[in-house]
Amino acid sequence: MIAIPSRHRSLTLLAGVIIAQVLLLAVQIKRAGQVRLIRVWAVEMVSPLQRLTSWAIYGVEHGWGGYVGLRRAQQDNEALHAEMDRLKVRNAELEGRAIEADRLAGLLNFRETHREVPMLAARVIGGSPDSGSLLVYISRGSRDGIRRDMGVITPDGVVGKIIAVFPDTAQVLLLGDKDSGVGALLADTRTQGPVKGIGEPQLSLEYISNDEKVSAGEAVLTSGQDRIFPKDLPVGTVVEATADRKSPFMKIRVKPAAHLDRLEEVLVLLTRNELEMKKAADPSSEASPAPANAAKAPAKTQ
Amino acid sequence: MENTEIYTGPEPHIEVHKYYAGVVSIAVLLALVLQAFFPVHFRWANYLELPLLVTLYFALSKRNPSSGLMLGMVVGLLQDSLSRTPLGLYGIAKTLVGFLGSSIGARVDVEHPIARFLLTVGFVFFHHAVFTLTSRILLAQHDEKYFTVPVLIASIVNAFIAIGMFPFLDRFRKPS
Repeated sequence: MIAIPSRHRSLTLLAGVIIAQVLLLAVQIKRAGQVRLIRVWAVEMVSPLQRLTSWAIYGVEHGWGGYVGLRRAQQDNEALHAEMDRLKVRNAELEGRAIEADRLAGLLNFRETHREVPMLAARVIGGSPDSGSLLVYISRGSRDGIRRDMGVITPDGVVGKIIAVFPDTAQVLLLGDKDSGVGALLADTRTQGPVKGIGEPQLSLEYISNDEKVSAGEAVLTSGQDRIFPKDLPVGTVVEATADRKSPFMKIRVKPAAHLDRLEEVLVLLTRNELEMKKAADPSSEASPAPANAAKAPAKTQ
Repeated sequence: MENTEIYTGPEPHIEVHKYYAGVVSIAVLLALVLQAFFPVHFRWANYLELPLLVTLYFALSKRNPSSGLMLGMVVGLLQDSLSRTPLGLYGIAKTLVGFLGSSIGARVDVEHPIARFLLTVGFVFFHHAVFTLTSRILLAQHDEKYFTVPVLIASIVNAFIAIGMFPFLDRFRKPS
């Protein structure tokens, strides 16, 4: 017990009695909102402490959270970078698949729209180690029915022809190679002439007379005379056509319709037998040269 | 409460009065009953404040602040209980009257009728002031006023009653 001097005892008692009665009043009295005064007082007394406590706890939590957050930030950063790299790879993979799907859809669509032409899809699996020749290897070979001199195309246009066949692969000579060619014609005038590779990205349309009117942008199509490619397949577009004073023929540069520098899937035209059968049915054409030669010089086969 | 010892406060020469057993209790109960009874039948009785007079009388006579404030608290709480006021409103006022009356009684002679008259007038005002202050602060009854004519009349009426009542209560003192 706390010792209270006798002269202060009555004052202490007075204070206690008054406070007790004030509290008694506060318990009974209701302020606006029907809240008892004792509760108002209690809340007003406690709320600063609550605010102080809340502020202190928030400060500690915030500070601790910031410290822990900083420590974890580096780990999270590394993890996020790793995840981002993985997603980039995944995204590139998906984009590639989407592009591939588009290409395959294009191939399928092309096949569907050319049902009369038997063809076989193949994947480009490699290129030639020789930089002087434009060659690619495809994933189909003799076991799939691939034969020499079969035409190879994409939905965009002519690619080249089969020059060597192996059991599971085949070698394709691209149109841009110096030894390659295809029978072609100008879409507007139907003037025929062979398109030959010159070892460059562009092709050359040969044997078009200087008297012909050829303009840039004109489409060049297969003529079908080489008995490798069906008629009217896109070969390319005229880029430049100039008269050659030293020669009776024009100098015409053609941009290939097919993307010869980024081939991934191609279609092999299984048309040679049919053509040969047609040729067999047509006695007048029995003396025609081999298709490869026809491709190189289709004008001579006409 | 009736067996009070000799006062040893700041004024030891002033006599401390003792009362027969039950006098204080009976006086308090009677004051409360009459306080409740008279105003019903007599309009002028609204000015009466018999519980205050009883509290003041015994506080002045006993001259012990502790017993004075306790008596005031009991009387005030009983008055609150019998009225419509919240418990503690009269209690606080009469506690302070009991404490202050005892403190004054221990220092000055309060036996003279004029002194009793003036003290009663003053304590009626003091009682009313404490009551008003408590009402304003705790009950938010800001229309209560510290000084009004009815309070003045009540103080005078109760002072005259005190002049007659206090000597009557003096008769129940134990002989010294």
